[in-house]
Amino acid sequence: MELTVNGRPVTVDVEPDTPLLYVLRNDLQLNSPKFGCGLAQCGACTVIVDGAAIRSCVTPTATVVGKAITTLEGLGTLDAPHPLQQAFIAEQAAQCGYCINGMIMTAKAFLDQNPNADEAAIRQALNRNLCRCGTHLRILRAINRYVQELRA
Amino acid sequence: MSTILTPRLKAVPGNGGAAALRLSRRTFLKATGVLIVGFSLADRLAPSGAVVAHAQAGVPAQRLDSWLAIADDGTVTLFTGKVELGTGVETALAQIAAEELDVAWDQMHVVQGDTALTVDQGPTVGSQSVAIGGAQIRQAAAEARQVLLALAAERLGAPVDQLQVRDGVVSVVDDPARSVRYADLVGGRRLEIEVRGTAVPKRPEEYRLVGQPLPRRDIPAKMTGQFEYVQNVRLPGMLHGRVVRPTPQSGATLVSVDEASVADVPGLVQVVVRGNFVGVVAEREEQAIQAARRLRVTWSAPAGLPPQDTLFSVVRTAPSDDRLLDEAGDVAAALAGAAKTVAATYEFPFQMHGMIGPSCAVADVRPDGATVWSGTQAPHVLQADLARALDLPVERVRVIYTEGSGCYGRYRSDDAALDAALLSQAVGRPVRVQWMRADEHGWEHYNPAMVFSIRGGIDASGQVVAYDYEVWSARHTGQRLLGAQTGGAWELPLDPVFVGHDTLMFYAFPNRRYLLHAQGQSLLRNGNNRSLGGLPSGFAGEAFMDELAAAAGADPVAFRLRHLKDERARATLEAVAAAAGWDPRPAPKSGVSPTGVATGRGVALIAYGDPPNQTWVALVAEVAVDQDRGTVRVPRIVVAHDCGLVVNPDGVRNQIEGNVLQSLSRTLHEEVQFDSSGVTSLDWRTYPILTFEEVPERVEVVLVDRRELAPTGAGEAATVPTAAAISNAIFDATGVRLRRVPFTPERVLAALRQRAG
Repeated sequence: MELTVNGRPVTVDVEPDTPLLYVLRNDLQLNSPKFGCGLAQCGACTVIVDGAAIRSCVTPTATVVGKAITTLEGLGTLDAPHPLQQAFIAEQAAQCGYCINGMIMTAKAFLDQNPNADEAAIRQALNRNLCRCGTHLRILRAINRYVQELRA
Repeated sequence: MSTILTPRLKAVPGNGGAAALRLSRRTFLKATGVLIVGFSLADRLAPSGAVVAHAQAGVPAQRLDSWLAIADDGTVTLFTGKVELGTGVETALAQIAAEELDVAWDQMHVVQGDTALTVDQGPTVGSQSVAIGGAQIRQAAAEARQVLLALAAERLGAPVDQLQVRDGVVSVVDDPARSVRYADLVGGRRLEIEVRGTAVPKRPEEYRLVGQPLPRRDIPAKMTGQFEYVQNVRLPGMLHGRVVRPTPQSGATLVSVDEASVADVPGLVQVVVRGNFVGVVAEREEQAIQAARRLRVTWSAPAGLPPQDTLFSVVRTAPSDDRLLDEAGDVAAALAGAAKTVAATYEFPFQMHGMIGPSCAVADVRPDGATVWSGTQAPHVLQADLARALDLPVERVRVIYTEGSGCYGRYRSDDAALDAALLSQAVGRPVRVQWMRADEHGWEHYNPAMVFSIRGGIDASGQVVAYDYEVWSARHTGQRLLGAQTGGAWELPLDPVFVGHDTLMFYAFPNRRYLLHAQGQSLLRNGNNRSLGGLPSGFAGEAFMDELAAAAGADPVAFRLRHLKDERARATLEAVAAAAGWDPRPAPKSGVSPTGVATGRGVALIAYGDPPNQTWVALVAEVAVDQDRGTVRVPRIVVAHDCGLVVNPDGVRNQIEGNVLQSLSRTLHEEVQFDSSGVTSLDWRTYPILTFEEVPERVEVVLVDRRELAPTGAGEAATVPTAAAISNAIFDATGVRLRRVPFTPERVLAALRQRAG
């Protein structure tokens, strides 16, 4: 199957129903999407497909052929982080960081569509993303910082 | 990057692959002549001088070069047995070392939790990493500085008291042009120096780095997908494993395995059966998942669990070893003579850690040795357990700590590491085991369910004169690795010491009795969960203190203050009251409507740790109770926190915020469900946790400044007061007491109905 990941075409040789998560992690060594539940309940595996945040753990790879797949690596890197990643760093918005991929990718897709969202709307958008360390308020501060920067 | 030796760097093909990673002391010894501590970090892909030096040294704690290595490029590597669990200790420990050595912050590297490289500083548990681990590191760094200054004095021809150090450069105070770098002082030699404990560390007023909110070293890579979690470790030739277990905690044993049921699964390498342990190994991860799902296994009938609604009577009547924790005066006489008495029972359920990433580990087991990458909190304990399980000498097993998901006590026993090791040993290739969500929910070790029964008496002036406390609890520690179900000669020993009831006993009432009914095994697999028994005990003790205050018609803060002597306790409580804008009055609030939303506030004060090295936390919660729906909203929480000297204020704030939100989740939502056949809380729908829409609008933190005291730990303490403060706030708002966690809408409504009736 031919996929477009972070703007680059790649070919993978897997069963069509293989969850996208395993293809990204194991075949393409893109480690940002995480296995959390395999049930679309926690959001750790989130990637953006054609602008929408989706749960890669329950997405058959065959269904994303021909679509633009973006992972956290596609937003920015350590040397050149995306402003949203930079805002998370500035707010020190993590403890273990395992859920953070999902937080950033969900927020990115949501804010791209809703740049004027208020905090209540952002909380609602993130409500199906679980964090266990309790960094929710830092995550909200980071997203708010990014939103303020967008508006400035 | 925060570490010099990441799994990927160690695992790249072309570096000899997995074989080059495997510890072989003999090979290292043969391959190397004179060993130096001033190794080069220029080629990070090659086995470094540090690896060689430490492998040979056997990492003796009393040797300075077991703790610190100064490279010829001026970088300093700290070797610590404590591990970063997402709590910020890597940064805090590096701050302590950099402070004592006066080296530049960006010159510090940290290697953690590698049994071949780091001193065994004990497991990373109990909020002790900075308090105890940090003190060891501070001393080692102070010793190193003393040695380096002596070398510099010789080199520069000036007495030590005329020298200063900045950013790893020693210079003469009156003539700074006369200077020498630490790296040049080491000069490619090996420093074989005993840590004698004679060097005097800096005084707190001299600190430049300690006390600063330095950004965490691990966070940038966590934001870009470049951080090396244990889930990302990939070795050449690595296979994927899954373990097949019966209904979680059913007690069922293996009857038979039908290997033909998976014969057609593509990529299947082997079905592994050893005792009751059943696993599958496949070339690809999704193939291993498919094989585990399809493998037909016959298990014996479940041993049978009692109905969940009888849980607390089961706990209360289970066999126990009764231990008197504290006693003074004559409780019975004081109760009989009290002006008023109060009695209440509190119940706390099984709860899980709920790691967002389920257990995962990678093992490469060969006939002559094993290397295991694990997120374990206890690398050296795991090393010994694995050696026993694999029948290998302990020095042939190397555990390399590699951070996993936040674990909160879960990785005190890394079951997946043993699973991966058993599968790798069976197939003779490296195996990665990733637990599925139902495995993690169903098989992790929970905090034991606990019951508390307390009676108290107050005199006519409203002072507590009698306090009679009983708690029923199984151990909070000592769980074995789950793979021990395999049975056989490598059955792992059970810790015989009861630890972790964490009963709060700081009020020193004149007539008192604290009785622990200590139990061995719980109904479900039990062990370390964050704060051990702290959260349950804090709930019972401080909710009861509120009941006593209400009986005395006293303001809850004032009532506590008049029973407190400890100056830190008083200051912490007063700090939270001031920050919260506490309005002194008795609870419950008067004139509350029995319908609609009722608001109130509650307070709790706790100590965590062994006196006098305790952390004090006072917490005020404001709640809004929807009396028609039973839902509890918590718009604001204020915390005052005294953990002695604060090494990194932002790190401590992050820990406090996290403890508060996690314990709020445990208070409002969490209870492991089971039926007669086993655990039924097997995903996030059947075991819900706090969501963004439920998170308070504000969590305000006041750090009580205690620079004169040693650090006392911040990893867990702020978990402890939450349930009590919420219960007390609900009472303030509605006049009803919730004495059983979690405070679900059903329970709140039931309590409100009783009030009406």
